[in-house]
Amino acid sequence: MSRQENSLAHNDSLLRFMTCGSVDDGKSTLIGRLLYDTKTILTDTLTQIERTSQKRGMESVDLSLLTDGLQAEREQGITIDVAYRYFSTGTRKYIIADAPGHEQYTRNMVTAASTAHLAIILIDARKGVLTQTRRHSYLAQLVGIPHIVVAINKMDLVDYSQAEFERIRTSYLEFAEQIGLQRNGRDISFVPMSALNGDMIVDRGDVMPWYEGPTILELLESVPPAHSERNESFRFPVQFVCRPHASDDHELHDFRGFMGRVESGEIATGDAVTVLPSGITSRVKAIQLGNTVLEHAITEQSITLLLEDEIDISRGDMIVKSDSVPEPVKQLNAMVCWLSETPLSSARTYIIRHTARESKAKVGNIAYKIDVNTTTQLPAEGGGLNMNDIASITFKLAQPLMIDPYELNRATGSFIIIDETTNNTVGAGMVQA
Amino acid sequence: MTTLNQQTLSHLDWLEAEAIHILREVAGQCSNPVLLFSGGKDSLCILRLAEKAFRPGRFPFPLMHIDTGHNYQEVINFRDQRAAELGERLIVRSVEDSIKRGSVVLKSPDEPRNKHQSVTLLEAIEEFGFDCCIGGARRDEEKARAKERIMSFRDEFGQWDPKNQRPELWNLYNARSHKGENIRAFPISNWTEMDVWQYIEREQLGLPSIYFAHNRDIVMRNDAIVPVNIPLVSGEIINQPKAGEDIINMQVRFRTVGDITCTAPVPSDADSVNKIVLETATTTITERGATRLDDQTSDASMEQRKKEGYF
Repeated sequence: MSRQENSLAHNDSLLRFMTCGSVDDGKSTLIGRLLYDTKTILTDTLTQIERTSQKRGMESVDLSLLTDGLQAEREQGITIDVAYRYFSTGTRKYIIADAPGHEQYTRNMVTAASTAHLAIILIDARKGVLTQTRRHSYLAQLVGIPHIVVAINKMDLVDYSQAEFERIRTSYLEFAEQIGLQRNGRDISFVPMSALNGDMIVDRGDVMPWYEGPTILELLESVPPAHSERNESFRFPVQFVCRPHASDDHELHDFRGFMGRVESGEIATGDAVTVLPSGITSRVKAIQLGNTVLEHAITEQSITLLLEDEIDISRGDMIVKSDSVPEPVKQLNAMVCWLSETPLSSARTYIIRHTARESKAKVGNIAYKIDVNTTTQLPAEGGGLNMNDIASITFKLAQPLMIDPYELNRATGSFIIIDETTNNTVGAGMVQA
Repeated sequence: MTTLNQQTLSHLDWLEAEAIHILREVAGQCSNPVLLFSGGKDSLCILRLAEKAFRPGRFPFPLMHIDTGHNYQEVINFRDQRAAELGERLIVRSVEDSIKRGSVVLKSPDEPRNKHQSVTLLEAIEEFGFDCCIGGARRDEEKARAKERIMSFRDEFGQWDPKNQRPELWNLYNARSHKGENIRAFPISNWTEMDVWQYIEREQLGLPSIYFAHNRDIVMRNDAIVPVNIPLVSGEIINQPKAGEDIINMQVRFRTVGDITCTAPVPSDADSVNKIVLETATTTITERGATRLDDQTSDASMEQRKKEGYF
């Protein structure tokens, strides 16, 4: 495939990415820069932050104010949550997940990472690779983000020194090697920048002529879209069954539409399919999107499937291609990030929601915990799990789930854990092979 | 880097697919949802998305409008016409009735009624036992919305507590609620104003006429364009000019359509969707900054109203 075709394929696509770092690293300034230099910030918003900047006695406009949080957060001087921002370049629409970077916010980083296809990891050029850099990189890897951009910021404070840039790059790559960050085809790019002055974000500037690589925005524009880089098996969880038999229209009397989103892979009319967990087979009779009939459907498309045979299918069942059928399981191993202030209790029964399906689940064995700062395994003492803890856990399930390893499929390899008493989402799980 | 699967959804197709997925999750997880429909552009997009999500079946939820009584006739007529075309059930509950019941007390007769919608909405939720309200809010609208969940949890007083929201990972939504509690579902959370207009253009959606450039009597009040002498469905005329104000006839359009007393038009000659798309691409003022007279009081006024149960 030629380069030109490649860039055409990205035209008008959408990319979700996240930024990791603390306010001190210039994360808010970087986001402000991206929004400002792509002309996403409109005059009234700018006037507002100009006024606030002046009020706080600053000489120039503080772009980090663009991502200033809620009043509740400002009062407490902390950021408590993931915020989503949007900008568009005309060739791509971007959704930024902006998560606070401190240690106690592992759960927010995991949340932001879950939908991200690329992570920008910020490093302060004066400080180099820190514990938090390791933590962010480990979490990006854990949650399966395929593209890493290491943005070495504040180059203005180290005299735009190429030697400093190279030194940090080398030390990051050593650490990346240790944790196997480049496994699974994950790529790592390094960009020297100054968020404050806007160098190498949207504009190159003229202070770092020694750097010939892409700017941050050029990297964002050139990353292949999600799901485009490897072959994934067709997975179609049924969300809703459409049976308009009471309709006046007699042609609709026997209509049975299975509605859902193609979580991965592709499907075409005539393909042989298997319905899980029953294992009954059939063929695709038709694919519809609203009133439109499609010959085939691709990943992430929400469609309605009609099958050749009359099969009893309900919400939570999964339709797959017969040449790649996952085994329904009643036990699974997963890496779990605990999200709730109430610790995990091995004595309790939880609900696992996986695709459009739910099952009661009991905690079996907790094999080990992970220290996110050193990325080493720790023994799981006592069997509890506190907020922000990450551990490898075995669950026993009341209902079979049709899972894939998370490494192979982020949609069918992921689940959330719900506390039945409060209905809160208390954990996030990634299926281990 | 090799590209195996060349086909990728365009950004509008992706947003559409995500919204359909969310609507189907609401239908699958909630026992008695309702779709809030005002006749405005965002809720008109959601109706099209619901058609794509559920046809040839009927919508698995009724439509409901919380009417402040201060709405443009064109919008109310359009609302009724659209619901009839779709053959879906439309429930209307009005702030006027809450005033009669005494649950809404106005400080003055011409006070903006937007914030009082919350009371009427909560009364309707209780009357019908709705466990989920689907709405057209977008995260790009306002700072307080940037952290909003797609499935947003409200307690039995309809309150939004930013510290008590459920983490939302992957596309796994948790719309569970206990009796009396409520989920607000926002299928177009990830859309921007531009996306909405591009979708309207692509889907050739009809809109109330006041979205397009038209001539209208206005006065300038505190730098804002205030439309005046507007007849209501009830026959009453509201927004009368104050003494000393000069009435100007100006070509304007509305970027957002809400309660008459707090929605301002913008000067515009965009008389087609295509021209509006172009205008949106080059505008220098945000949708709310230009048009909402009620968000300007304080930086955090939206956050405050959301905590009180506002949509």
